[in-house]
Amino acid sequence: MTAPLDVPESAIEAGPETVLEGTETSVIRGRSLGQIAWMRLKRDRIAMTGGIVILLLILVAVFAPLLVSWFGHPPGEWHREKLDPSIGAPLGAFGGISGDFLFGVEPDSGRDLFSRVLYGARISLLIAFFATLLCVVLGTVLGMIAGFFGGWVDTVISRLMDIFLAFPLLVFALALAGVIPDKAFGLSGDTLRISLLVFIIGFFNWPYIGRIIRGQTLSLREREFVDASRSLGARNHTILFKEILPNLLAPILVYSTLLIPSNILFEAALSFLGVGVRPPTPTWGGMLSDAVHNYQVAPNFMIFPGLAIFITVLAFNLLGDGLRDAFDPKAR
Amino acid sequence: MKTRSKASAVAVTAALAVVVSACGGGGGAKSTSGTGSDEKPASQYNAGVTQVVNPSEKTGGTLHMGMPGDFDSVDPGDQYYGYAWNFSRFYTRALTMFKPVPGEEGLQLVGDLAEDLGKPSDGGKTWTYKLRKGIKFEDGTPVTSKDVKYAVARSLDKDILPSGPTYFNDWLDLQGYTGPYKMKDKLDDFKAVETPDDYTVVFHLKKAYGGFDYFAMLPQTAPVPAAKDTGSKYKEHPVSTGPYMFKSHELTKRIELVKNPNWDPATDPNRKQLNDSVEVLLGQNEDDLDQRLLSGKIDVKINSTGVAANARKTVLTDPKVKQYADSAAIDRTWFTNINGDVKPFDNIHCRKAVMYAADRSAIQGAYGGPDAGGDVALSLMPSKMTGYQKIDPYGVEANPTGDLTKAKEELTACGQPNGFSTTISYRNERAAEKLTAESLQQSLGRIGIKLEIKGYPQGDYFKLYAGKPDFAKKNNLGLMVYGWGADYPEGFGFFQQIVDSRVIRDAGNTNLGVKDPKIDELIDQAAGETDAAKRNAIWAQVDKQVMDSAFILPYVWAHGLFYRPPTLKNAFVSQNWGMYEYLTLGTQ
Repeated sequence: MTAPLDVPESAIEAGPETVLEGTETSVIRGRSLGQIAWMRLKRDRIAMTGGIVILLLILVAVFAPLLVSWFGHPPGEWHREKLDPSIGAPLGAFGGISGDFLFGVEPDSGRDLFSRVLYGARISLLIAFFATLLCVVLGTVLGMIAGFFGGWVDTVISRLMDIFLAFPLLVFALALAGVIPDKAFGLSGDTLRISLLVFIIGFFNWPYIGRIIRGQTLSLREREFVDASRSLGARNHTILFKEILPNLLAPILVYSTLLIPSNILFEAALSFLGVGVRPPTPTWGGMLSDAVHNYQVAPNFMIFPGLAIFITVLAFNLLGDGLRDAFDPKAR
Repeated sequence: MKTRSKASAVAVTAALAVVVSACGGGGGAKSTSGTGSDEKPASQYNAGVTQVVNPSEKTGGTLHMGMPGDFDSVDPGDQYYGYAWNFSRFYTRALTMFKPVPGEEGLQLVGDLAEDLGKPSDGGKTWTYKLRKGIKFEDGTPVTSKDVKYAVARSLDKDILPSGPTYFNDWLDLQGYTGPYKMKDKLDDFKAVETPDDYTVVFHLKKAYGGFDYFAMLPQTAPVPAAKDTGSKYKEHPVSTGPYMFKSHELTKRIELVKNPNWDPATDPNRKQLNDSVEVLLGQNEDDLDQRLLSGKIDVKINSTGVAANARKTVLTDPKVKQYADSAAIDRTWFTNINGDVKPFDNIHCRKAVMYAADRSAIQGAYGGPDAGGDVALSLMPSKMTGYQKIDPYGVEANPTGDLTKAKEELTACGQPNGFSTTISYRNERAAEKLTAESLQQSLGRIGIKLEIKGYPQGDYFKLYAGKPDFAKKNNLGLMVYGWGADYPEGFGFFQQIVDSRVIRDAGNTNLGVKDPKIDELIDQAAGETDAAKRNAIWAQVDKQVMDSAFILPYVWAHGLFYRPPTLKNAFVSQNWGMYEYLTLGTQ
């Protein structure tokens, strides 16, 4: 930061005593990295907007049934009276948008797009959050172990990451989702499909964060405080969890936030290809896939789920970028 | 007959659609009009369903055709799509053919390579055809009965030519003969087809079948010269006997046909040779292809259902465009099988409850509405088929959205007054089938029947899922969304594969669980009957019996919405193909 050019005269004229006086009255408190980051983040309007949008999205997803009961119709309910019977296209302008149907209706069935987009948020966010959680847990644990212990442990884990990164994930996901039975691991129906998607996305994306954590651990373990801790007789797991992990929280938080949007997109892609959650449960990707056949008939069918994905992904990316800047301004 | 679904073709290209559409034009599609004038003749919606639109005998120019995908094959021995059979008559001549005329007359068979229809003997077990004289291959070699025999023989080998129907494999008295690829130079062992002289072909069947002339119509009987046969590569250049022959075939990209100099119109009263050449662009982006069709840059779109959902809106809402469109009935019914193997559907009353409760008009919407999707089906047999008799045992005409009172009565009679839960399966790639499953979930939910919806990949739908009785039973697939088109517009070609319980195998079924000895008995009666009128009456009875046993819930008699650019000449919908008759088309 540069010094302000317009320094008030009083400040220049003020003697050293006055400054000292000031310090006596207010207690200087050390600020933690988290506090500093939060202050920086608060000043970053773009990131904050992203954060607020995410908060709203989560609220919308949680309270979707309530919102739909106020402003919409159940997501599975057909309203064929809202369609032109000869072509199945929505009646009225812009795909049948009205006070009753805020986003218009789906062609051929007349289902309420507003409620379907809202319910779609639940699936998208749910899968993205849990898949990211799985990625982060796996990536952090394995990355820390690799970076801290080095040697053959590092070699094995690093090669494992290479293998996972080289894996044709989309093809594998398509195949796995196609052959999965209806009941497995004590789960069935949508619960099983969602768990499966979480597993596929989470289990195969951990090396991205794993590599970052490994690199950070590599440099952290050479730092003085680690040496100090070790010379005081701390054991490995104490050093890992008490000394190194707290210092990794910043990158973990930043990369989780950046992973979520990519996982949302991946879930949408899988749903688009028809291996996501079963109908009639609406998902954004699934809606887009149906809309492809009708984009000239009812553009709203493509626009609203597309916008939903766009806004969600953008919001998470903005927040993630803001977080990264806040934690480490030099990394720009 | 298979119909390439809209969904499957689109699914592949969908992801690329947005990116590619700008440059998906491909080369070669130029304006078709030779006169250069801009005036477009007025026409009427559905005019092509009953009459020839823009009759013209002028010759010259190129007929531009375009396809969203590719043919299963252009080898006459290896085709099973209606449009492929329609197209292959440009360059092949089977023993018999459907008369290329509009209206019901188009359902009549006439001799093509043969002088006339077959002569049955031995109670319908032996069929004899006399070939026309003077027919030549494109290189000038005369066509003989041996070439027909060889063509039928090669079509038996499903390892080399997998796509065609299996009627000859199933019905001919083969005595162990497996085709000329596996049994080289042993054509004489193929006793099921005899050639007493160069112009006589005799077929011997295992059991009597009165409708053999329909088999003789299959492109599998079109002559193939043994010396030119290259097995699975024959499709690169099938040897022509028709008015056009292959000039080039860039596989999966483009086909160009030119006039066959050795085709003699004197031997062929049914075909015309108006165009100088015929060009087919393959693998086109469907929405883009529709746009080029509507703008007249393409003359004909080759597929079985006509314009896709996106273009439908323009066609049906703009009267200037709609006047050039035809909504053509297809020999196809969209239906759902009710699986008697899954409880409680072993009880006929529970099946009937579904028959009464289904909202057929919602499903009609799912398939695209009355013009593009089809009519609400009253029974299984498509109404335009030869021998159809109107029946409506479930009162669908009066209550297209379902009769809930009757449905509840049936549920009570079944001992499930509060409903039950079951599963419905559909083919992932087919958007309309998914919507159908969702619609049934809604309409059956009204009487307490709860459906769980499961999609399966269509490539394995019959081999591994719905068509595998073990799997269907284990996974509680009480309802299975399905659809069937006739191979030819006569009862046998429609019913046998989907309602005869004796064709049910361990896997790969086309009959998804219709088991009724009365139906089997009627099918045998009909097949053995050589009198066409009597035969057709029996097929109508089969239709009624299928409805009474309630194993199949039919809901839509399919239509395709086709568009003929104003410059297209001699266009009409063939009642047999359920699409434009390709043979007569011209552009001048």
